Amino acid sequence: MDALEIARWQFGITTVYHFMMVPLTIGLGLVVAVIQTMWHRTGKPEYLRMTKFWGKLFLINFIMGVATGIVQEFQFGMAWSEYSRFVGDVFGAPLAMEALLAFFVESTFLGLWIFGWKQLKPAIHLACLWIAVIGSVFSAYFIIVANSWMQHPVGVEMIDGRPVMTDAWAVFTNNTALVAVPHTLFGSLAVAGSFLLGIAWYHLWRRRHDGIDTIGADGSVVPGESAIPGRDRADHAVWIRSLRIGAVVAMISFAGTSFTGDLQGKLMFEQQPMKMAAAEAACHDGTGFSILSLGNVGSKNCDEVVAVIEVPGILSFLAKGNFTTEVQGVNSLLDQYKADYGTHLPDNPIYGERAGQEIQYVPVMEVTYWGFRMMIGFGGFAAAAALVALWLARKGTVPASRGLMRLAVFGILAPFGANAAGWIFTEMGRQPFVVAPNPDANGIDQVFMFTAAAVSPGVSAGELLTSLVVLTSVYAVLLVVEVKLLVKYIRGGVASAMPELVHVPVDENEDGTPRDGGPGKPAGADDVLAFAY
Amino acid sequence: MELLPTIWFIAIAVLWTGYLFLEGFDLGVGMLMKGFARNNTERRVLLNTVGPVWDGNEVWLLTAAGATFAAFPLWYASLFSALYLPLLLVLVALIFRAVAFEYRGKVDNPRWRARWDWAISLGSFVAAFGVGAALALTTTGLPLNANGDREGGPFAWFSAYAVLGGLAVVAFSLLHGLAFLALKTDGDVRHRARRWFVRLLPVLLLPIAGWAVSVQLLSGEVWTVLAVAAAVVAAVLAWNFARTGAEGRAFLSLGIFLLLGSASIFGAAFPVVLPSTLNPDFNLTISNASSSDYTLGLMSIVACIGLPLVLAYQAWTYWVFRRRVSDAHIPEAHSFLPAIAAKALARKD
Ligand code: HDD
Ligand code: HEM
Ligand code: HEM
Repeated sequence: MDALEIARWQFGITTVYHFMMVPLTIGLGLVVAVIQTMWHRTGKPEYLRMTKFWGKLFLINFIMGVATGIVQEFQFGMAWSEYSRFVGDVFGAPLAMEALLAFFVESTFLGLWIFGWKQLKPAIHLACLWIAVIGSVFSAYFIIVANSWMQHPVGVEMIDGRPVMTDAWAVFTNNTALVAVPHTLFGSLAVAGSFLLGIAWYHLWRRRHDGIDTIGADGSVVPGESAIPGRDRADHAVWIRSLRIGAVVAMISFAGTSFTGDLQGKLMFEQQPMKMAAAEAACHDGTGFSILSLGNVGSKNCDEVVAVIEVPGILSFLAKGNFTTEVQGVNSLLDQYKADYGTHLPDNPIYGERAGQEIQYVPVMEVTYWGFRMMIGFGGFAAAAALVALWLARKGTVPASRGLMRLAVFGILAPFGANAAGWIFTEMGRQPFVVAPNPDANGIDQVFMFTAAAVSPGVSAGELLTSLVVLTSVYAVLLVVEVKLLVKYIRGGVASAMPELVHVPVDENEDGTPRDGGPGKPAGADDVLAFAY
Repeated sequence: MELLPTIWFIAIAVLWTGYLFLEGFDLGVGMLMKGFARNNTERRVLLNTVGPVWDGNEVWLLTAAGATFAAFPLWYASLFSALYLPLLLVLVALIFRAVAFEYRGKVDNPRWRARWDWAISLGSFVAAFGVGAALALTTTGLPLNANGDREGGPFAWFSAYAVLGGLAVVAFSLLHGLAFLALKTDGDVRHRARRWFVRLLPVLLLPIAGWAVSVQLLSGEVWTVLAVAAAVVAAVLAWNFARTGAEGRAFLSLGIFLLLGSASIFGAAFPVVLPSTLNPDFNLTISNASSSDYTLGLMSIVACIGLPLVLAYQAWTYWVFRRRVSDAHIPEAHSFLPAIAAKALARKD
């Protein structure tokens, strides 16, 4: 592998990893803020418990988003210096704004929320969470503005071979971004929905399994009490409500992703027709949408792809909103791309050993074809599962089946998969460009950059390989730690997030030594630290 | 002289200074988790002094990097790619440090805590050292060719200046951390921090003084030399205030020291943002590395709105959490019995 390929693997791995934390942060943050608002309004104890429990999981995940985000911020300069030089005038601005206008807000107000349970008035404490969550939404907006500019460069003029920003309004209202932002936000909510649903299902199932909840004569649940702290009647309310909220969120967000995804698809057919043709493995011009294509989807000249099930008209509908307009396939687009952007990379040292090589305009079709279908499929599966779950839980608890419980828990992964597939499709479908030329009317056709020219010329393959290995190993270790911690807190139930529910006096460590900071605290000490690390 | 690039040079100097001022003490407190803190309670006291604020402080780093990208993309590209491996180390350090803050208290087990304690103190050390080295090299130069790319292999950046800058930020952070602990804690930790501060100040300010003086020798001007002199006065004042127990004033004087020191360093480097040690023609300067005036103008508007807001709400955070923390405030570790496992226990009763 050469430097370019390693750099691409590194960017792909670190970004997809970052985007495992991100949607949970955004989605769960919004959900917790709504739940705390309900607590504030109604004062019902189950809402407080839900805030604390889901809030704890939110924080365990949030910190990993922070830690992996820093890598992203540095990576453009470290591994993609030519890219940074080329796009800096327009691309740096949203990144800097993200830090200044969003990250500061997120981190500062979240700190206030975590530590401020007692120092702040309840309304202000709640406002801090809302401000932090809105900060996350803004951060998503700014970074997607940056990303959308790579998909659809607008608002610039080429001066001395570099795009120079001339119209900030166009950059910040890029139509690509305006649909990608809600699409991504709904995608994030989908993650939160399944997360709530799966975990709440587990706890309801557990309560039945442990004999706490029973089924009454009319078939509906009879919530019981248990002597264990945190597993009382209110606990049942926590989980059934979480389950219902999760299911509804999951369904609404799938509707949202479908609606915005459709708009996005129509834009993409104009802006990056090759990406969408590759998403369809559509080699020839036509109107049909392939439900299943077999053969060598990855073959570059398309001769071996056979559409097994094809629905006529649908592709045209996806692209243009009618059933008859022919949509260009890979083969005819290929000629167009070759005519517009050349057949070979220029003989310029900036392309390294790739200088002069033939350009591969067709993205890896297995990835675009299956990426597109996995995104929709996983998302649809989660939404359908949510509907079934809502029905199954209509009597106030879940079936006693262990298999169903497992399915609900593993279902948590589906929207994560949909999000990852969506990004991989978006980003790999853009290849061989890192900044894609847009033949449509308001994109700028002559602003583009080949990925081959983007990597840092001064950085060796050895350095990149080192960082790839180091970051991947660190991420792998931390993933294990994070998941273990999440599982521990999930199994712990609400009590794991609310020490006040469990008052188990323990004065000694296991080895018999007295515990640090044991009894004897002055009254009122809590005012200084409502929460402590 | 170009107005907007100059303003943005100053803005970036301000962001870096803000970063060193704010994250400086939480990096210092992080390092002091080992060696200074004597037991778990003291370590938790240390952690909780920075708990609500460290993440907000770290964003100053992200903003400094992002603003460099936006305002001087060529500076950002050359500096970050030339320092590939050291920055990788900084990233790993920051990752572990961030995760450690959040995860350390989540499992009540001494081995678990001990591991994260190392992550915090080593992570803080490596991050401080790496940032210091990078900042020193951007003022003293890197072997860059005409395109701004590093010549001479992965370690070509290594020089005495890198070590000096690294030590400077590590030592300053330690001192700043001690000053912060003296101000934010009570009891034994507070008094010990003050004692250490007074004793260590002369040693810990040596490397940063060395850096400031070398930059003056390379490219100093009259006013920057005067700033160095003023910084020395501020340091003496800080020492004296700490000795007499005026912790707030000691902290403030040290902050003024940092301000003057960094003004003298950035001021002397100006208008070069990243010198090339191969050929002065390849130097990156505020004019050949900057973005267009349009972008800089846009960013200026955003900064004029954003930065005062950030300062205001961060100041408010410090106000909310202004009370001193001491041993007595640390609650017991939350030894929760998982609801599921607790069932077995409950049956036994
Ligand atoms: C759609 C949303 C989204 C996308 C596409 C990205 N991020 Fe992200 N990022 C977030 C949404 C987000 C967030 C939800 O706002 C996070 C997650 C946890 C957090 O603190 O904020 C975050 C954290 C986060 C942080 C740490 C902030 C802090 O310390 O508080 C940085 C530096 C970045 N990101 C940078 C990036 C870069 C350079 C990306 C592009 C490659 C990127 N993110 C993709
Ligand atoms: C979090 C969501 C994102 C994911 C999951 C993602 C995923 C990917 C993947 C998988 C690649 C590798 C593609 C390949 O090598 O074929 C890639 C490349 C890249 N992406 Fe993204 N991306 C995301 C967001 C962004 C954003 C927001 C930006 C810019 C702000 C961006 C900029 C880049 C760059 C510079 C490359 C490297 C060049 C390339 O290989 O195409 N990405 N990304
Ligand atoms: C019927 C449903 C859906 C359709 C039609 C759809 C359509 C699309 C399209 C066309 C893109 C590519 C845009 C580009 O290249 O810039 C995309 C990207 C993406 N999709 Fe979907 N999608 C659907 C469902 C989902 C679901 C359920 C999720 C997640 C739960 C999801 C997450 C994403 C993500 C994260 C991206 C990449 C980021 C972006 O460009 O916004 N999508 N989607």
